[in-house]
Amino acid sequence: MSRRYDSRTTIFSPEGRLYQVEYAMEAIGNAGSAIGILSKDGVVLVGEKKVTSKLLQTSTSTEKMYKIDDHVACAVAGIMSDANILINTARVQAQRYTFAYQEPMPVEQLVQSLCDTKQGYTQFGGLRPFGVSFLFAGWDKNYGFQLYMSDPSGNYGGWKSAAVGANNQAAQSMLKQDYKDDITREEAVQLALKVLSKTMDSTSLTSDKLELAEVFLTPGGKVKYQVCSPDSLSKLLVKYGVTQPAAESS
Amino acid sequence: MECVFGLVGNGFSILVADTSAVHSILVHKSNEDKIMVLDSHKLIAASGESGDRVQFTEFIQKNVSLYQFRNGIPLTTAAAANFTRGELATALRKSPYMVNILMAGFDKETGPSLYYLDYIATLHKVDKAAFGYGSYFALSMMDRHFRSGMSVEEAIDLVDKCIIEIRSRLVVAPQNFVIKIVDKDGAREHAWRETVKETTAPPSA
Repeated sequence: MSRRYDSRTTIFSPEGRLYQVEYAMEAIGNAGSAIGILSKDGVVLVGEKKVTSKLLQTSTSTEKMYKIDDHVACAVAGIMSDANILINTARVQAQRYTFAYQEPMPVEQLVQSLCDTKQGYTQFGGLRPFGVSFLFAGWDKNYGFQLYMSDPSGNYGGWKSAAVGANNQAAQSMLKQDYKDDITREEAVQLALKVLSKTMDSTSLTSDKLELAEVFLTPGGKVKYQVCSPDSLSKLLVKYGVTQPAAESS
Repeated sequence: MECVFGLVGNGFSILVADTSAVHSILVHKSNEDKIMVLDSHKLIAASGESGDRVQFTEFIQKNVSLYQFRNGIPLTTAAAANFTRGELATALRKSPYMVNILMAGFDKETGPSLYYLDYIATLHKVDKAAFGYGSYFALSMMDRHFRSGMSVEEAIDLVDKCIIEIRSRLVVAPQNFVIKIVDKDGAREHAWRETVKETTAPPSA
């Protein structure tokens, strides 16, 4: 029965569902997960890299974290080729805003403009929706640090901590238990790594399967997006007891 | 002829404009308010072609309030000024608006500010500015007597000096002026300087 409504993104099924949108969300459930945590002094994003082959040569240092503007970054879960399109539009939107107002774009407006694009693909013209969920981390002068989560339907919301991708429900409930309102950025990193290590399929967590990025304010009051290097990530993993220190011989 | 000027003081900005609606050699009206309250903490004064002036300032005002409705936060004065410049610059190569603009505002973070925007979309952040024939007198007067951090009384005194100079030295001096102010409490009308009252009925014989 549902077959009749499967192929159209723009048509409701008799039960009032949009199958293509639901399938898109299903696709994200299989993708490498990402976790974002809002803290007093910054926002932390961690992501699980699914493809790790010795032969793979990546051009960028990160494959899940993208800088949108000087004050906003995002983590991706889902189909990367879809995400690239959306990241590009987000960057264009951010620059357009700066061009018009000579000010950085407020984070929520950026998220909203991107979600408007996503929503458009669930309503107009027989295309498929974007199979991507985003976590946006940013700072603006009106609302300070912010974390947003968006899904393929074009829904978004502001969160204190959020998880997307594989096992996101397990991660979400762990975050709900361990999150404190006055968490510091350092504690947030620790919590994010802990939660990710427990929800990931692979048994041992190593720096080459992980990405860690932070948005925070420098002592000079400027917003900074920083990606953690693999070396310091390995040290963090050991420090927080998520993995055992690697033997020197290996 | 037209006189629009403004200055920044300690915690406030002031805009002054003549209130004459002139066509050819005739004065049609002497209480035309050329300073618009853009939003709660912004003023926009415009001189130039009167149709363009009304059309463009209303267009900006409506866009600024649309932004506020959509996003729940107001534009800063700097953002509003840059937006206005962008609109004027885009129109310049299509169907230009013949308007010169002074925008004054007060923001929590940056305090009072004044922006100068002419009809060819030049934007400057300034402490004192003037447009029109009156600008020759207003600018020299402000060059002589303006200093940063003036009180409201001092600033109004300087405004009056400018108006007196315009009235006594400009052949085509306008009759009336309106003075508006913006500070932390918002944008509002401050005073009028009138030599002619607008009459509603013809004088009885």
